[in-house]
Amino acid sequence: MTRLKADSRHSVRFSLNGKSVEGEAEPRMLLSDFLRHQLGATGTHVGCEHGACGACTIVVDGMLTRACLTLAAQVDGCEIKTVEGLAPSADRLGVLQQAFRRNHALQCGFCTAGILMSLDHYLASNPAPTEAEIRDLLSGHLCRCTGYTPIITAALEAAAKLASSKQETSDA
Amino acid sequence: MKPPAFDYLRAESIGDVLEGLAQQGGDARVLAGGQSLMAMLNMRLAKPKLLIDIMRIGELRQIERKGDAVVIGAGVRQADLLAWSDLTEALPLVALALPWVGHMQTRSRGTICGSLAHADPSAEMPLTLVALGGEVFLRDAKRRRRVAAKDFFAGMMLTARADDELIEGISLPVIKGSRFAFREVARRHGDFAIVACAALKTPTGVRLAVGGIADVPTVRDWPRLEGSALDDALNAFAYELGARDDVHATARYRRDLVRMIGRDLIGEVLQ
Amino acid sequence: MVQAAVQSANSVDQGGERPWVGRSIERVEDAALLSGRGRFIDDLGVAPGTLHATILRSPHAHADILSIDTEAAKRLPGVAAVLTGEDVKAVTTTLVVGVKAPVECWPIAMDRVRYVGEPVAVVVATDRARAEDAAELINVEYRPRGAVVDPLGALASGAPVLHDGFPGNLASERTFRYGDPEKAFADAPHRFSIDIRYPRNSCTPIETYGVVASHDAGEDAYEVLANFQGPFSIHTVIARALKVPGNRLRLRTPPDSGGSFGVKQGVFPYIVLIAAAARVAGRPVKWIEDRLEHLAASVSATNRATTLAAAVAADGKILALDWDQVEDCGAHLRAPEPATLYRMHGNMTGAYDIGHVKIRNRVVVTNKTPTGLNRGFGGPQVYFALERLVQRIAIGLGLDPLDVIKRNLIDAGAFPYRTATGALLDSGNYQEAVSRAVAQGRLAELKAKRDEARAQGRLYGIGFTAVVEPSVSNMGYITTVLTAAERRKAGPKNGAQATATVGLDPVGSVTVHVASVPQGQGHRTVLSQVVADVFGLQPKDIRVNTEIDTAKDAWSIASGNYASRFAAAVAGTAKLAAERVAGRLARIAASQLNVEVVDIVFAKGFVASKHNPENRIAFSRVAALSHWSPGSLPDDAGQTIRETMFWTPPELTPPDEDDRINSSLCHGFIFDFCGVEIDRVTLETRIDRYVTMHDCGTILHPGMVNGQIRGGFAQALGAALYEEYAYAEDGSFLTGTLADYLLPTTTEVPEPEIIHMETPSPFTPLGAKGVGEGNCMSTPVCLANAVADALGVADITLPLVPARLAELVRGAEPPPPAGGAAVAPVREGDRRLRGEGQALVKGVPEQVWAMLLDPATLQSVIPGCQRVDKITDTHFRADVTLGIGPVSGRYRADVELFDLDPPRAVSLRGGATGALGFGNAEGRITLAPDGKDGTKLTYSYDAAIGGKVASIGGRLLDGATRVIIDQFFTALARKAGGGAPGGGFSLFALLAKVAGLFGGRR
Ligand SMILES: Cc1cc2nc3c(=O)[nH]c(=O)nc-3n(C[C@@H](O)[C@H](O)[C@H](O)COP(=O)(O)OP(=O)(O)OC[C@H]3O[C@@H](n4cnc5c(N)ncnc54)[C@H](O)[C@@H]3O)c2cc1C
Ligand code: FES
Ligand code: FES
Repeated sequence: MTRLKADSRHSVRFSLNGKSVEGEAEPRMLLSDFLRHQLGATGTHVGCEHGACGACTIVVDGMLTRACLTLAAQVDGCEIKTVEGLAPSADRLGVLQQAFRRNHALQCGFCTAGILMSLDHYLASNPAPTEAEIRDLLSGHLCRCTGYTPIITAALEAAAKLASSKQETSDA
Repeated sequence: MKPPAFDYLRAESIGDVLEGLAQQGGDARVLAGGQSLMAMLNMRLAKPKLLIDIMRIGELRQIERKGDAVVIGAGVRQADLLAWSDLTEALPLVALALPWVGHMQTRSRGTICGSLAHADPSAEMPLTLVALGGEVFLRDAKRRRRVAAKDFFAGMMLTARADDELIEGISLPVIKGSRFAFREVARRHGDFAIVACAALKTPTGVRLAVGGIADVPTVRDWPRLEGSALDDALNAFAYELGARDDVHATARYRRDLVRMIGRDLIGEVLQ
Repeated sequence: MVQAAVQSANSVDQGGERPWVGRSIERVEDAALLSGRGRFIDDLGVAPGTLHATILRSPHAHADILSIDTEAAKRLPGVAAVLTGEDVKAVTTTLVVGVKAPVECWPIAMDRVRYVGEPVAVVVATDRARAEDAAELINVEYRPRGAVVDPLGALASGAPVLHDGFPGNLASERTFRYGDPEKAFADAPHRFSIDIRYPRNSCTPIETYGVVASHDAGEDAYEVLANFQGPFSIHTVIARALKVPGNRLRLRTPPDSGGSFGVKQGVFPYIVLIAAAARVAGRPVKWIEDRLEHLAASVSATNRATTLAAAVAADGKILALDWDQVEDCGAHLRAPEPATLYRMHGNMTGAYDIGHVKIRNRVVVTNKTPTGLNRGFGGPQVYFALERLVQRIAIGLGLDPLDVIKRNLIDAGAFPYRTATGALLDSGNYQEAVSRAVAQGRLAELKAKRDEARAQGRLYGIGFTAVVEPSVSNMGYITTVLTAAERRKAGPKNGAQATATVGLDPVGSVTVHVASVPQGQGHRTVLSQVVADVFGLQPKDIRVNTEIDTAKDAWSIASGNYASRFAAAVAGTAKLAAERVAGRLARIAASQLNVEVVDIVFAKGFVASKHNPENRIAFSRVAALSHWSPGSLPDDAGQTIRETMFWTPPELTPPDEDDRINSSLCHGFIFDFCGVEIDRVTLETRIDRYVTMHDCGTILHPGMVNGQIRGGFAQALGAALYEEYAYAEDGSFLTGTLADYLLPTTTEVPEPEIIHMETPSPFTPLGAKGVGEGNCMSTPVCLANAVADALGVADITLPLVPARLAELVRGAEPPPPAGGAAVAPVREGDRRLRGEGQALVKGVPEQVWAMLLDPATLQSVIPGCQRVDKITDTHFRADVTLGIGPVSGRYRADVELFDLDPPRAVSLRGGATGALGFGNAEGRITLAPDGKDGTKLTYSYDAAIGGKVASIGGRLLDGATRVIIDQFFTALARKAGGGAPGGGFSLFALLAKVAGLFGGRR
């Protein structure tokens, strides 16, 4: 049993996109703030702090998670994946990201990180989603710029591409 | 919109939780999936002195078939239950209702028991618990008790749980040979229900449970009713629920939904 | 289906020799945004020691501030400063108000609050959480005033007055007359009229406001970084308020901004507030607005009550219009309001050829959030009235609504066409657009579907709208609110200065800067296309910067991202700037290549001779020459290092003596139609097909144009079906979270079928017109028309909440069963809770009476009661902690007893206030012997709760209040019945519980 006192800062360690990171947080510090302001991982955005907009969505231990409804202290020792971990390298985009760019599935890009995380997580276990399934998944995100349909197109296109490249690797 | 200050206790065992609750009582809050509690903390609607995180306690994570019932631990997330392979066979009503709880991104964290503890009158899981006639397992440092679904919900966001009690889990009966139906109307997909209805066939007739109107999910058992007798029964029920107006719906609209959806669902399970 | 439709116009265009403009190239913005490397305001580092601000806001819609006690807050460790209105007043002056009236407009309440969410104090501390801790310790005493939230109600005599300088809440009134409307009405065979209310909503960007400000006391200069979007005319407003000349207010914008849609214009009062806080604290201060603040108090579009009448010929031709508009600008008239009302002034006849127009415009203030820019800006309000009326005319005359639209459209040969109210419509072919849309959008099929659905008893309807979408605002349109005489005195105001700078560096690479402040519209990409075409380069060779720094960049009051001015004005100006540089480069190249200037062409990275393409020189070489060897330039060439172009269209003249105003430069055309089906049980509106035809002139980037259309469509769909800033009659704000203010999601927004036609604008350098706002104007009314058609009703109110439709289409409700619960009639907007009940209590009335009035027992019966002060025998105060379920809070309550009739009856009244809001209640209790040594206690109450908690807990609030009341009386009966030692209860406990339920903390 660990009891962290309210008024002091406590060390929090976890794996962020495969690298171990560490910082200090009061018990009340939200994971979204910890990522952004302690670790400088500002790709995860904050749009509502009540779980409704989805901008802060990340993956914690394989679970889609609203970073704004999670305390930094809660994820000590966990594995976290954020938008910064999506691209295969700094100068290349992943398949999903490319599909977003091709289809103009983002405008201001503020909602985008959360949406990418939901899709990245979902497509990994559902390689052949229907449009209805993607719409259901993304109903947990708000985007004010795009009207959503290009996002759905990008998601379906990426799914098809990922599936066919998987096919190729397994054929080989 | 930042939470007030509190201590954080990462419980490793049920004993840790009960000890924390015993010490702090009403100033402690169990932190489960955080999908309701954290939002309330961010809005500073609640000001606990201690949060007790129960999500690392392995023994609370079980979904177990025990005879004619399924026992679900406090650490079971909504997504875990949805992914449980026996769900449709053992708890078809839950399989129908659970996808209506929030979104994929909130079900992945939110727990079944957290939803019951929170007791939002529009929430789907309390409605399901009441419709099926399940039980809630409560435990404090000294004793354990079981509370029947119908006695658990005391009012809007109020339950029979004492401040120092943990909901250890719940039990839902496996009802064989019945038929189930569920329908919900919300402004948008994933919103809390304006009206949610669950119906099931009972040995003597039919049961209808309605959420979203009264302060607690409410159940009626009827013999096989048809025609105007059914209409009258639904109409009386609709009025008894004491519907109110809010920004999303009027009382009359809510009653209309009970009358119309109630009829549809009853037709479905009795056909 | 989505896929096919999206792909056709949207996928990226890679190949070919064609110009870059007009192609859907990939956006340069995207790689960073897709990998978490965006640079939004909250992503940028701040100076070490920067403090964080939070704002304490009013829970009341209208109240006097009696006192503010900040001592406890100031004492909290980590707190650097607490500012109240007085402190802000000491270092700033009022914001200018857009009409001539003796009123002030402060970014923080002075001695009175006028809307829920109005700033009352600013706390500056080492971090945001601590600042919020301190804000909870501020004790504000209010004396509530009556509130008014309805624009027509605000004009009624006896309505509470918000500002003495706006008698009767009327901030401005003007009447206009164009042609001979009286005669047209007198002569016309038909007159149709409609009363509409356009609701309040907001485009609600996902990124909220942010400001980082610092003050240099030595130079008395401010430096501000804010995700402000323009117009930069507001820079003058801010500088004035901060009491510095413009050159001492350096205003910068971050590289990325998370959407705006007009809304981020409204950050400016907070720039003043946070800058003042930085000055007082002596340190840089950062403030990031949270979502609750944004919903309650950022900015919203105006709501409007309109009566519109038309004089109509027998064939449906509209001969004259008579507008009566009452615009609700909320609690303060903030710059640039009342611009929402005047932005459309030249376009009050829509897409129609109507010669005679009468307009009465009134601007009122109400106890709601002040309004400001929002996508569509005045268009949705106007077209909702006009296009609903067109449908009503058709029904009234037994004509097809589409025929009435066609009969009135401006003739294709009439362009440029001067509208009755002064707009010069640049170009278009509306008839052609309609007929193409009807064919390509398969209207006939939709009609067949409607017939079939109706035959099956389903509710299916079709709606139409024709809309002219103005863009590139004339900075002078707002002066139409003044009379011609007032305008003469104030001096002319007009135009739409755009600026663009093209720079060449020593290696000849090209940089472009514009003052356009994009919020996601991909300006950098489009400009790289435009300039690449001029220089014969590729877009990737052009680096574009769209941040603004008012200390260093070329800008003017028209700069910024609003009024859909980018494609038409800014991109065009960039083209002109590049062409000017290219002209000089051509001269240099001509002298180097020994050819005539007219023979020079820019292509594929070279400057070459047209006749002899082998005779060429690398672009970068020519481009760099000004740096390395200015002496070798031809004499007449001039420098080619950096060129800033200013452009304003001559068509944008000030209003004339007769109040005719060309309010915008360009006018796109939109024709929409849609089929909707309404579920008979839930009355939810489902869009079956939505067709939207756009003629926005030359299309610069098809993917982005469609992106604007889809985005606008989704927001408009929200406005039509889900979104409303709802206020209760008492001014409580009811939609304070994203679970209450409902933005459409993926499961609500279908793909619109987009059809294009291109009629270039003769007035803009690229032939482009604005496109971003049109669907916000056309879609709400198109859906409303379809729903009206489906339901066969005349009056449609937005948003189309199913429960409201139920009232329109459903007959009398089945009555409650005999002897069953009766339903209390409720008035809409009345949020007071009323109830009554009774309990049997042990003890004779005298005993119960003594117990009721004994405050000493209070501490033992109210959980968490900290202190009771007895002010008089019948007046008490207490500090109490109470909660319901997970909600809990501390509050201070105040209770008075009156009309005492011992031991038979007593009335009580009380209230509680705290950071989360306030509650008040009144009740009467009567005691009567039950004939068996007991007492029958009867009670009735009337309670209300408001403030922050009403905004964020609205869905649960009333029920929760009732729970508390009922609980109390149950407990009462139990306690009295069980004769708890020293116990019983007190009236005080009742009121304290009711009022304090969500009364917040102290
Ligand atoms: C965007 C969004 C949409 C949502 N939509 C819906 C919806 O449509 N329907 C719906 O039903 N819900 C909805 N929810 C809420 C739902 O997701 C929550 O999961 C649920 O209400 C609470 O479960 P939790 O595990 O997250 O509990 P927490 O948030 O951790 O806790 C909630 C409350 O229960 C108490 N608690 C939790 N577990 C226990 C326990 N074992 N013993 C004692 N007390 C306990 C906590 O102390 C707290 O007071 C939504 C939430 C979000 C963010
Ligand atoms: S910021 Fe977390 S869901 Fe909106
Ligand atoms: S791209 Fe701007 S909110 Fe989604």
